[in-house]
Amino acid sequence: MLRRVIFLASALFCFHASPLTPYASRASAEELSIHGFLQTNYDTRLTGQYPPNPQGGDLLFGEERFQLRLGHSNEKVRLFTRTDFFYDHVANRPGVESREAYAEGSVGPSDLRAGRQILIWGAGDYLFINDIFAKDWGAFFSGRPVEYLRVPQNAVKLDLGTTGLSAEIVAIPFFQEDKLPPRNRFVQFDPFPGVARTAQTPGLGIQNTELAARFYGTTWGFDTALYFYRGFFHVPALQANQTTSPTLVTETFPRLAVYGASTRGNALGGVVSAEVGYYDSLADRAGRDPAIPNSSFRYLAGYQRQLWEDFTIGLQYYGELMLQYDAYRATLSSGFPGQDQHRQLATVRLTQLFWNQTLRVGLFAFYSPTDQDYYLIPEVRYSITDNLWVSATGNIFGGRRTTTFFGQFDADDNLAMTVRYEF
Amino acid sequence: MKTWIAFCATLSLIVLATVVQPSTAVAVDAMEIVQKSQAAFFEAGQDLRARIKMVLMTREGQQRLRELTMLRKNFSAGEQKYFLYFHSPADVSGTIFMVYKYPVKDDDRWLFIPALNLVQRVAARDSRTSFVGSDFSYEDVSGRDVEADTHRVLRTEALGNRQAVVIESVPMREADYARKLTWIDQTTFLPLKEEHYDLQGELYKIFTADEIRDVQGFPTATKRTMMNMKTGHKTEVVLESVAYNVGLGDEIFTERALRRPPEKWLK
Repeated sequence: MLRRVIFLASALFCFHASPLTPYASRASAEELSIHGFLQTNYDTRLTGQYPPNPQGGDLLFGEERFQLRLGHSNEKVRLFTRTDFFYDHVANRPGVESREAYAEGSVGPSDLRAGRQILIWGAGDYLFINDIFAKDWGAFFSGRPVEYLRVPQNAVKLDLGTTGLSAEIVAIPFFQEDKLPPRNRFVQFDPFPGVARTAQTPGLGIQNTELAARFYGTTWGFDTALYFYRGFFHVPALQANQTTSPTLVTETFPRLAVYGASTRGNALGGVVSAEVGYYDSLADRAGRDPAIPNSSFRYLAGYQRQLWEDFTIGLQYYGELMLQYDAYRATLSSGFPGQDQHRQLATVRLTQLFWNQTLRVGLFAFYSPTDQDYYLIPEVRYSITDNLWVSATGNIFGGRRTTTFFGQFDADDNLAMTVRYEF
Repeated sequence: MKTWIAFCATLSLIVLATVVQPSTAVAVDAMEIVQKSQAAFFEAGQDLRARIKMVLMTREGQQRLRELTMLRKNFSAGEQKYFLYFHSPADVSGTIFMVYKYPVKDDDRWLFIPALNLVQRVAARDSRTSFVGSDFSYEDVSGRDVEADTHRVLRTEALGNRQAVVIESVPMREADYARKLTWIDQTTFLPLKEEHYDLQGELYKIFTADEIRDVQGFPTATKRTMMNMKTGHKTEVVLESVAYNVGLGDEIFTERALRRPPEKWLK
């Protein structure tokens, strides 16, 4: 441990003292830009309850992380890499993670970006309908900086158009599922306790390449977009090998198409947003297979407004209307907790800035009136200097039942501390 | 009786005319001066590119630096578009603010966060919002609707070696001041100094244009300071490599340019 601290301290010192200070890197910004950070991030469970395994201790997450961002660009081509080197104190091992690594080129009004990249779209705030790109819920629930909610994708993206209608077209040949909170670290609901699991992810191939497109433009001050997606559910559907006393559960990713739209713009003294999406469960449109999610219609409406200086409030309402609900109910195995036909969720975001915006105090809250569960994320972040910030983030879960989305993490309330030095 | 009424009516008209006319004339003049001042300060040229350094200083002397490139283009009917790209500090490097500024209705404002590759729509009231934690509000940076205040010429006086008209502005719509005095240069129409007073009538913000240079025939305030008298916090702004009429294309002010910034203009 001491050796690691000394290593990080000397690395920090080197970066501070070496010619690669922000000024030097900026001086040669035309050719090569070098940025990154050094970070410690510890997350402690507050409930005293653990999953029964060696990694399920008080420390839910703990690491030191060094990120290096290298960019090179000229008029035609841009190369960019974002690489993280870290030491994981829960698994007790070092690791390397490539967060982004792509090449990008322009021809006339179109750009092509190929490689590992972060993809994101949609109008929701922590609520996703048309943003089907993989998420890391484990990172989010353990209070890691919010960029780690995004799982990088190995993809090709084509951008078209300029001032009028524009389009983003994405092809993802390498399937990437959502990263759910790991079972060895989070106490959570398991419909098949103790049963062995295996995963069946879509393999590499033309027919398994996910395609996503967004057509967007601004009309009458509203950013409006249409979305199309053809690929797979990113949350695994569980398929047991036999209905009574299964011995093996397979995580599958059934085929999915999503068609949707979103808009947002100034209205009612703030910013209003709305998004809808139709989830077409291609492998079970009739809803008769209990192991495949049914088709659904999803919607959200949001409103954000500054109430006074440096204080902003954001409100959202989200709903998921399951189709073929009767078929779902009829085929649901006994003993399994059923979903509501119309699952609803409300969110509130409160943000107050102090001291010339160097101190941020915020709260994000999810509450589901149908699941009767909640998830609260209080946060305090202070920028000590331009390069150094420290934050504390809580993750508090609860609900009436331990089988609902947030309610199942009731025993995982945690507090995360992050210190980051950026250069 | 009729004659008496007619006499009274005529007399009151004359009195009204003598009382009302001069003050209306002064009000029109004041409005015209403020309009010219806004045009000189916020709208010079067809477009503008500038590298801006902001130093934020606490009373205790702690400093924070913001460095950005500002691209601004004028459109018809007083509409303007701004593209503000942050070079530093490191934790906001690559962050972009894009603003569509309208003379009367609320601005459209976007924020691009590079670590998330996220374009957000921002809800914020211009008059009450500090620009990136500085002592300047959004309105101080990009201008305020001249018709949102009533303006009155108080006097003319010398400020340094320049002759200035002193204008008093009282807001009719939401503002971060209850009263503002502006010293407007009679030659360049640039604001040389502003004093913002709060509801209690106390002076709480002072703006000064510390250096005025001629750039391509446009007088430009290349050094500016905003001082908060209550907190002792102040912000100094230096405009470097200012260039007007550089030929910024409309495609710079789009969502797509937020995700892929126009490098040519940001170096």
